[in-house]
Amino acid sequence: MWSEAEQNELAKIFKKYPDKRSAVLPALYLAQAEKNWLDDDDIAAVAEALDLTVTDIHSIIGFYTLFRKQKTGKYMVQICTDLPCALRGGEAFYHRLAERMGLPPEGGTTADGLFTLEPVVCLAACDKAPVGQINLKYHENLTDESIDAVLAQLRQEAQGA
Amino acid sequence: MSAIIRLGMSTSDIAAGAEATFLALQSAVRHRQLPVEIKRTGSLGASHREPVVDVEIDGQSTLYGPVTPERVRPLLDQHFGSGGRGVSSDWLISRRNDRSDYPFLGKQVKVTTRLCGLIDPYSLEDYLAHDGYEALKKALKMSPEEVVQAVLDSKLRGRGGAGFPTGIKWNLIRKSPNFPKYLICNADEGDPGAFMDRATIEGDPHKLLEGMIIAAYAIGASRGYIYARAEYPLAVSILRHAINQAREYGALGKNILGSGLDFDLTIKEGAGAFVCGEETALMHSIEGKRGMPTMRPPYPAQSGLWGYPSNINNVETLASISSIVLNGPDWFAGLGTDKSGGTKAFALTGAIQRSGLVEVPIGTPLRELIYDIGGGCADGHDLKAVQMGGPSGGCIPANLMDTIIDYDELRATGAIMGSGGMVVLDDTVSMVNMAHYFLSFTQDESCGKCVPCRVGTRKMLNILQRLLAGRGRMTDIDNLRRLCITVGQGSLCGLGQTAPNPVLTTLRYFEDEYMAALEGGANGNVQAQLAAEVTA
Repeated sequence: MWSEAEQNELAKIFKKYPDKRSAVLPALYLAQAEKNWLDDDDIAAVAEALDLTVTDIHSIIGFYTLFRKQKTGKYMVQICTDLPCALRGGEAFYHRLAERMGLPPEGGTTADGLFTLEPVVCLAACDKAPVGQINLKYHENLTDESIDAVLAQLRQEAQGA
Repeated sequence: MSAIIRLGMSTSDIAAGAEATFLALQSAVRHRQLPVEIKRTGSLGASHREPVVDVEIDGQSTLYGPVTPERVRPLLDQHFGSGGRGVSSDWLISRRNDRSDYPFLGKQVKVTTRLCGLIDPYSLEDYLAHDGYEALKKALKMSPEEVVQAVLDSKLRGRGGAGFPTGIKWNLIRKSPNFPKYLICNADEGDPGAFMDRATIEGDPHKLLEGMIIAAYAIGASRGYIYARAEYPLAVSILRHAINQAREYGALGKNILGSGLDFDLTIKEGAGAFVCGEETALMHSIEGKRGMPTMRPPYPAQSGLWGYPSNINNVETLASISSIVLNGPDWFAGLGTDKSGGTKAFALTGAIQRSGLVEVPIGTPLRELIYDIGGGCADGHDLKAVQMGGPSGGCIPANLMDTIIDYDELRATGAIMGSGGMVVLDDTVSMVNMAHYFLSFTQDESCGKCVPCRVGTRKMLNILQRLLAGRGRMTDIDNLRRLCITVGQGSLCGLGQTAPNPVLTTLRYFEDEYMAALEGGANGNVQAQLAAEVTA
């Protein structure tokens, strides 16, 4: 399943460590890059490239939070709800957003498959809460209006693409 | 006339709209054909005023913020054109080079963040123009023993939170007869409320690299890893860029600067597990395993990465090294207290008027940091407490603000120095709720390996939830205290050992709020949400 470019990238990663296993996190990121989540084929491919079992890979994925086995939206919308952010309205902001997106309080993926909303703790920008990352890009000092505008623009981009 | 306009382009500046300001600035300068160098820098730390623009003409600097794209034109008129109609004094931050007219900046003493906001983090030339890699050259002329001695004499203590003397750590690994030796930089900054390391890397990446290369020389390491959060894409890409520059410059790779030293660096991105900030867990994560902690001893200096001697320091610790070597250990030691040298960076957040990244000498009273630099609480509220060290730390109540920033003095209050998160809590915040926030974090991040942490934090959380829901039992507070001791003493690693701190300190200073919650009084019923949230 690895493309030629990905195989080259893998080879580069392997060089940085004394054994293949140590490359498991970067290899998983590589496998996840295209669609934001990992299906069974991706997991099998990582296992094969690293001489590990599929079970090994599942145990790694289960431990770390940044690898996903469920289909996610094109855009991962992560809003920080921890204390320093909550002091600036971050948590209330998150809940209002979930409601407007028609999602339960714990978040989820919108019906059109575009957005996955998720509460997270600490994006290290607590001074600018409410704060979120959309596909790892920061958005700070958010208001209901500003996040709606960002999401509307992304929706437009996705439809235009 | 020589003119430089600096614009902060860190993660937080960009999110504040600095890209649009940069484009406006670039096109206006080009259009008017002004003899101005535009420089993109990291963050100056004054995040409450971003985007920040520094106009420096013939060595005289004037600082403005926030500078939106519309404000670019009047600013240029003021400095390069027909005069200053249209520039509001509200935008002005400081017109003095020493920033003494803006206490948030003027009262700071910057060592590790000295060049943040001043230089272009993508420019090696800029770093070199500010004594960059001079410390490395100096260190390479010293013996490794002399470098370790300098770090010992500087009284530098680990900035990750525990405060172990860095020189002693270096000595341990330097003396190990086993090779290869590994040097690891812990950039897995995960404490809620902390962003010092991200800002330092985004503002001055070479300072960290230079510190690491000097450390490698001192301890005899041939390979280094920087374990960074994957949630920091900009910091990681700036570091990658800097590493490539350092290789081309000859400061990384084989025969560094002709000294015979071989050392190279790899960035390892984490994957969202807070416990990986613990050193044994971090090493397992680099090895491609689940990032779970193991018992110490053996310490990393004896058996670390892949079983070889390893030394782990955090970003701020390593970023201090070049200043120590260049300016001398006495200078560094002199900045701090008897037992602890240098400065400490803090992320000032929460209910504070002027939030941002600040750096002050060790020994500075908390009062100075909160009031003189931070301007006190926002919106006219009174200070209730300051939570230091995030979920591993404790709260310090308002009446103890004369406590100085020092590892031992802070520990005496029940709090810790921590890695630098400083969350300011005003009189609207329920302390039981605060403890609940942090405990839910540690409970969620517990790796589940040892029982006291896995089960104990869950039990504690159950009690707090019961109290907050107004269904507390008479035995709850005693049980909570007992659980704090069990979890704190029985847990395998720092995560569990420190998890009870927010509960312990709030019980110590704000027991009345627990009692009120228990009795289901007024205080007990409004706690399901922070007051700040309700009014937001």
